[in-house]
Amino acid sequence: MVEPNVTDELFDTAIMDEEAVKGFSEPEQQERPKTWRLYWRRLLRRPAALVGTVIFCFFLFLAVFGPWIAPYDYEKQDADLRLAAPTLSHPFGADQFGRDILSRIIVGTRNIFLLGGSGTAVAVLIGTAIGLFSGYIGGTTDEVVMRLLDVLLSFPSLLLALVLLSTVGPSSLNLVFVVAILYIPMVARVVRSMVLDLKNKEFVEAARVRGETRSYVLFREILPNALPPLLVEASMRFSYSIFLVASLGFLGLGVQPPSPDWGLQINLARNFFAIAPWVLLFPACTIAVLVIATNLMSDGLRQVMLPGGGRN
Amino acid sequence: MTVPAASRPVFEVEGLSVDYVTELGDLHAVRNVSLAIHQHESFGLVGESGSGKSTLAMGAIRYLASNGRVADGSVRLNGVELLGLSPKELRALWGAKIGVVYQSPLSALNPSIPIGRQLAEVARQHLGMDSAAARGRVQEMLTKVAMPDPDAVMKRYPHQLSGGMLQRCVIAMALMTNPALLIMDEPTTALDVTTQAVVLDLVAELKREFDSAILYITHDLGVITKICDRVGVMYAGEFMEQAQLKELFKRPLHPYTLDLLGCVPHFDPTPQKRSLVTIPGSIPRVDQLPAGCIFAPRCSFVEAACTKARPPLAAVDKGHLSACRRWQAVPPPAEYLRAATEAVRGVQTACDTSDVLVRTSDVQVHFKAPKGTVRAVDGVDLDVCEGQTLGVVGESGSGKTTVARAIIGLTPRTGGSITLKGESLPRTTGRRPRSTLRQIQMVFQNPDASLNPTRSVGDAIMRPLTLLGGLDRRRAKDRALELLQSVSLPVSYFDRLPHELSGGEKQRVAIARAFAAEPGIILCDEPISSLDVSVQGSLMNLLMKLQVEQKTSYLFISHDLSAVQHLSDVIAVVYLGHVMEVGDATKVLTPPFHPYTEALLSAVPLADPDVKQKPIRLAGSVPSAMNVPSGCRFHPRCPRNLGDVCREQEPPWREGDGDHRIFCHIPLDELERLQAETLVLEAEEGA
Repeated sequence: MVEPNVTDELFDTAIMDEEAVKGFSEPEQQERPKTWRLYWRRLLRRPAALVGTVIFCFFLFLAVFGPWIAPYDYEKQDADLRLAAPTLSHPFGADQFGRDILSRIIVGTRNIFLLGGSGTAVAVLIGTAIGLFSGYIGGTTDEVVMRLLDVLLSFPSLLLALVLLSTVGPSSLNLVFVVAILYIPMVARVVRSMVLDLKNKEFVEAARVRGETRSYVLFREILPNALPPLLVEASMRFSYSIFLVASLGFLGLGVQPPSPDWGLQINLARNFFAIAPWVLLFPACTIAVLVIATNLMSDGLRQVMLPGGGRN
Repeated sequence: MTVPAASRPVFEVEGLSVDYVTELGDLHAVRNVSLAIHQHESFGLVGESGSGKSTLAMGAIRYLASNGRVADGSVRLNGVELLGLSPKELRALWGAKIGVVYQSPLSALNPSIPIGRQLAEVARQHLGMDSAAARGRVQEMLTKVAMPDPDAVMKRYPHQLSGGMLQRCVIAMALMTNPALLIMDEPTTALDVTTQAVVLDLVAELKREFDSAILYITHDLGVITKICDRVGVMYAGEFMEQAQLKELFKRPLHPYTLDLLGCVPHFDPTPQKRSLVTIPGSIPRVDQLPAGCIFAPRCSFVEAACTKARPPLAAVDKGHLSACRRWQAVPPPAEYLRAATEAVRGVQTACDTSDVLVRTSDVQVHFKAPKGTVRAVDGVDLDVCEGQTLGVVGESGSGKTTVARAIIGLTPRTGGSITLKGESLPRTTGRRPRSTLRQIQMVFQNPDASLNPTRSVGDAIMRPLTLLGGLDRRRAKDRALELLQSVSLPVSYFDRLPHELSGGEKQRVAIARAFAAEPGIILCDEPISSLDVSVQGSLMNLLMKLQVEQKTSYLFISHDLSAVQHLSDVIAVVYLGHVMEVGDATKVLTPPFHPYTEALLSAVPLADPDVKQKPIRLAGSVPSAMNVPSGCRFHPRCPRNLGDVCREQEPPWREGDGDHRIFCHIPLDELERLQAETLVLEAEEGA
């Protein structure tokens, strides 16, 4: 049966969020906040998310312009500076070959973003396609596809990454594909659940009744409405992928030396931890800061784009 | 126990103001309202969405959301001031002295505790009874709310009971302590009409039996007439008018009440129809109230002085309060209706076979379920004539929506045939050519889901124009703007997104989108039932206007008999996937009726206290479509059951005047004789 006073209930008993107030009383409102501006306003009200976003953007900036910003050449070895403690000229100190750690971290940012980012991007693209079609077609196809993805999901991700990489050999391209394979099932599940929710909505039925093609219904009617959760999922996957890429680097299956990979730096610095802890600490802290910042940002994105819902 | 009329009211609210603290600042949701309810009296709180009626009730008993705050005023229950009580004292009071019944009985009860234990908890907590005494009390209460077999019900879990039974349990729980005040917040809105009638009867009876004062909140003017002694009309957080029920309906003294009464279609089984009253504009935001009378911007009796100062709610007659400074200028309803509405096209009679646009013959839609077959639609024959409206009325589960979905091809039929202009329609949309798809359009029930949230209004209307109408983008845009105007929306809405529109506006866009394809028929699936009465009225006017202009046919599906009788030329009454009665609207609404139609007519709450409806109540609830009863599918609930013949044999179609047909074992003249008293309209007495 119908509930004629949904807005009334919102008005009367719900927590009066900004949206609720809008819902009950301003259909005729003149000022029209655009969706993105609304997101931005909500973001400003969440300091943690804002800090996360700012830090993330800072690292993004380093990733793009790192080589020009870095104070020294990341490969330049200086025997005098071996395991030098942090000084004003070398704020993060130097490693066992006398290379400036700050420069190596700055230049290494790009690696992390490129590998994690493109891995996530590929996962999002393929996962979205799988989720869309599988959810929309439904039935046996959906069942088979989802069970296959469940198989992938059932392996611990680091283990699966190790197995795959040790089979195909470590290279940047392989790393990207491994990240993608690991994250496709998760993205596909999120998209699929959105499709299941949306495909029986009246506006989708209206499109079917109009005789729209399947791809029109999927990409023009359904996908745009699945974007906010997809974006949140993508940012979460990205933060995990940073960690994954760093872990693989640490295990020696990531980018090969002398690339300034953060994980790799940590691995090599282990031997000197007792005498020069900064060689290990600074890259480790950088990873932590970036991962936490990205997490804060994706949490913020979730609250900003999916207020109320989407909390799992 | 009798109480002298002059005695002190049980529940008094004086100058109550409730605020919500939000990021936009404090919202004064309810401002300076007063009311008083005596013992055994029921006070009806009517208003549209956002009028603050629930806030008033919950604020008065201080049961508000965390950001709600009583700003001012005084509330007394049996002389005890509620606003000064500590949270602990309040908790003792709620439940013991105040009972609340909410709209959704299923969410009011804990799904994991049996009914008996849940109810006994109240008796233990508030009456201090031990387990055995509490059980006895629960049993007694369930018997009082006319629950069949209370012992069995006490062992069941909430999901095992029907909506009507659950609501009775909730009422029993609320009345357990014989509270001084019973607040009922839309308790029948989620129920079917026939169930609603039973619950309303029960409340009316309990009102006499228990000592409670009842505060009854509803948006439905019809329900008010069944329950309430006194009525308060709320608008944007203030009372516009308070009066005794009959007085309010006979002689409303506030323009808003007058308009509200005119928005509801009058039950009228004659072919002449008049448009409904429309109230321009919408309810103002509570933080953007006009300076003078808050209704002034929408009022038809407004004069300059009205916009200067806000008129207080003042007594204008004995027991009659109005917040209109021009109350003396407010005309009697009949006079106002004649002036404010116009004659619209009369009801047509069913057409010849040659003019049939859509015909369904023995259509079946059966779904396979794990435990058998759901016979959602089970042999439906209907004709929709060109330019006419076929109203399909039935309770939830009657299969009325599924019939429409089978016609448009969203749910494939499993048997029978559907033809459009004599040509058979393929079962699904995918197999239908565009020229056929264009002919059939649909307006959906839920305005919030029927438009894509990411596409602008203009996009939504242009798409069928370019896809089905073959227009280029520029011509489509021109046409879309025309369509916006024809559904009375400003052209500036073209670029808006759906979330910037109200429910009624969204539904207007959906109607414009349906008309964009220039269809032969539009299937309207409960298009107005989720909207406020005033919005319903204006949408019904719009649908009628567009039908005359475009010569479109409608299949109008609704559970609301008032709306169906207002719009339809031909009415079909469906029950459990089968048509029970079909014929010209005037024939279906006058005797002889099918016993089911009769029950619907006597159950529908008409917003007119003078109509006398014979109380015919159906037993039980609609059976599952997986388990359709033998013989006549209505026989287990039929008050005119003949016994074996009804149980064993499928009834014949009895042909009446014109195309009137009734699916019943009882001959028509017999039915007509039995049903003369079912519905007595006051107008006939006067004439």
